[in-house]
Amino acid sequence: MVVQALKDQGVDTVFGYPGGAVLPIYDEIFQQNDIRHILVRHEQGAVHAAEGYARSTGKPGVVLVTSGPGATNAVTGLTDALMDSIPLVVLTGQVPTFMIGSDAFQEADTVGITRPCTKMNWLVKDTDKLAGTIHEAFHVATAGRPGPVLVDIPKDVQFADGQYVRAEDADLGHYQPRTKGDAEEIAELVAAIEVAKKPVFYTGGGVINSGTKASELLRELVEATGFPITSTLMGLGAYPASGDKWLGMLGMHGLYEANLAMHDCDLMINVGARFDDRITGRIDAFSPNSVKAHIDIDPSSINKVIRVDIPIVGDVTEVLQDVLELWKSRGAKTDKTGLAKWWKKIAGWQEVKCLNYKPNDKTIRPQHALTRLEALTKHRKDDRFICTEVGQHQMWAAQYLGFENPHQWMTSGGLGTMGYGLPASVGVQIAHPDALVINVAGEASWLMNMQEMGTAVQYRAPVKQFILNNERLGMVRQWQELLHGERYSHSWSEALPDFVKLAEAFGCKGIRVSDPADLDDAIQEMLDYDGPVIMDCLVEKHENCFPMIPSGKAHNEMLLGEAETQGAIDAKGSVLV
Amino acid sequence: MMSALHIKRGSNSHSAYNLRSTFSDVQEKHTLAVVVENEPGTLARVIGLFSGRGYNIESLTVAEVDHTGHQSRITVVTTGTPQIIEQIKAQLERLVPVHRVNDLTVEGPSVERELALLKVEGTGDQRVEALRLADIFRAKVVDSTLASFVFEITGTPEKIDAFADLMRPLGLVEVARTGVAALARGAE
Repeated sequence: MVVQALKDQGVDTVFGYPGGAVLPIYDEIFQQNDIRHILVRHEQGAVHAAEGYARSTGKPGVVLVTSGPGATNAVTGLTDALMDSIPLVVLTGQVPTFMIGSDAFQEADTVGITRPCTKMNWLVKDTDKLAGTIHEAFHVATAGRPGPVLVDIPKDVQFADGQYVRAEDADLGHYQPRTKGDAEEIAELVAAIEVAKKPVFYTGGGVINSGTKASELLRELVEATGFPITSTLMGLGAYPASGDKWLGMLGMHGLYEANLAMHDCDLMINVGARFDDRITGRIDAFSPNSVKAHIDIDPSSINKVIRVDIPIVGDVTEVLQDVLELWKSRGAKTDKTGLAKWWKKIAGWQEVKCLNYKPNDKTIRPQHALTRLEALTKHRKDDRFICTEVGQHQMWAAQYLGFENPHQWMTSGGLGTMGYGLPASVGVQIAHPDALVINVAGEASWLMNMQEMGTAVQYRAPVKQFILNNERLGMVRQWQELLHGERYSHSWSEALPDFVKLAEAFGCKGIRVSDPADLDDAIQEMLDYDGPVIMDCLVEKHENCFPMIPSGKAHNEMLLGEAETQGAIDAKGSVLV
Repeated sequence: MMSALHIKRGSNSHSAYNLRSTFSDVQEKHTLAVVVENEPGTLARVIGLFSGRGYNIESLTVAEVDHTGHQSRITVVTTGTPQIIEQIKAQLERLVPVHRVNDLTVEGPSVERELALLKVEGTGDQRVEALRLADIFRAKVVDSTLASFVFEITGTPEKIDAFADLMRPLGLVEVARTGVAALARGAE
């Protein structure tokens, strides 16, 4: 019945790991060919792989794991998906209903443990309700602000016969979030667009989640108004990095021009972002003189952190459509002279060239490694998917790689989960077998879920693991340098494995490069190899990630390079993470 | 280089997550009526929201109010700055099993009632005085022995507080309170 419900929902791939409490479902899977099951090596990997699948396709990712430890291992991935609004349907096995509460073997209170890290979860005690609950789960995961849901299915419920409900007949409950924006607020936004002298679009993951149409509408609006646009980490790709209105990413490690534009603007149009603390910096100094509009499908995101003047609750696609229509019908006006002055000011900030770095011909600078990776993969941007782990390499990837399309950038933003990238890259590659899938990683993050290399090899997923190896927990080390008196407490990686031998042990290809002169050849070798590759790129060990807005500082107090870092974070700022 | 941190324990004025600087600092008490799907785990989800996001619960009552429609009503009294109260409502409204949230404190006049049972031990003059005060407060005696009463009292939380304060010197030994139930006044 479970497999039938998944088929009805159009599921083609399930990431999972069997165990005692899900054997009946695995037996069903064995006897059919419509749904492909990908056997991971750890349940956390299953959830991240499903996240990669979901983010790169726009469809919900599906996970199947067993009770107890299977479910608890999925918790990190569920929390990650909740923070980044990734639609997932996770099915867990449970001990039989008559044994629940008896501390049975591999029993855990799965719905209790996962309640705070799911959008919704259900324990199904009645086989007649199983199919309907699974259909409702898909509805809840994808409707409104997407998120992970979990259905816990006791083993006796899996074995029993029950009434099957088809997807179109299922009762989806009352959950129907509003998607159409309020006409009055939209009119107010259009009026603000017409008179703004220093506007900026600040876009986020909501544009990606709303679907490709949202990105198209956003591009149309940006081009038609001529307004500059910046994006959060999660929103990269909604507007192309090659577009001439693009200011680059904003936030703690965002670009100088993007952050200063946010600080100085007179109209901020937030499209599907949530004023995260990595974006706002010091709240009372955040963009002090702007009118702020906020388009978000989740009413609780509005006024949560920053008070806004024009709140619009609705789906990005529908709201942008309405905004465009109304703005055009009123004559498509903007303040052209004001805008020209604004762009001149922005051009001055762009002159700073905040991403410049000093070349080094002895050791590979991580920024250089990514610049070369970008240059050598540029021609494949239509089918190039980038995943990352979490840390300095993640920020450098966001800064130095250009994203042209939505759904091609998979990273753990809200939760910052080390160990996300490798399994996510496997999930992406499974969904897009012929695409170029690269995981930009740090060696420490990568080791956290390295067992998933086995999954990549088993399913011949030719993922490229591009490890920027500085033998350090680079971001931790950077913070220790800036605010803990250079006392590098436990932030270096000792006893690292030989990644080339590790690759061979997994049955894939390993490449090591340490000389800048060999870098291009090594990257090319990685790209040309038909199969999974672990590339160990030995980089400068003490490189810091700049630009940086220190904790507790405002956007216009950002640091651009090494000389400014002494005492940059004061006692107030140092308690922040 | 950086010196040791000198930050007062419990202070939140140094946190990036602190919102008070830009919003009103006044603490307000609000009574929220939350109509939810009566299914397993719904109450846990609502309560988990309060504890997980650091909101206060002053009182909470819950019971099924529509048996055929499987709907329960949770009445929760909470305190916070206006911005926090708005967040609480928005966060509650987006929970999947929540049908609607009404803020009875701002949506016009409402009635609030709470029921309490109080056990008072005593003999002689104390006992007589307890009974006399109970009469003034229109509390009912629902159990009696030669050395004790159990009073039942209904009213606003303030009235029950006042009654309990009076009973304390007269031998109050135990109190059970239901928490607040509330409805908007008028036809709608």
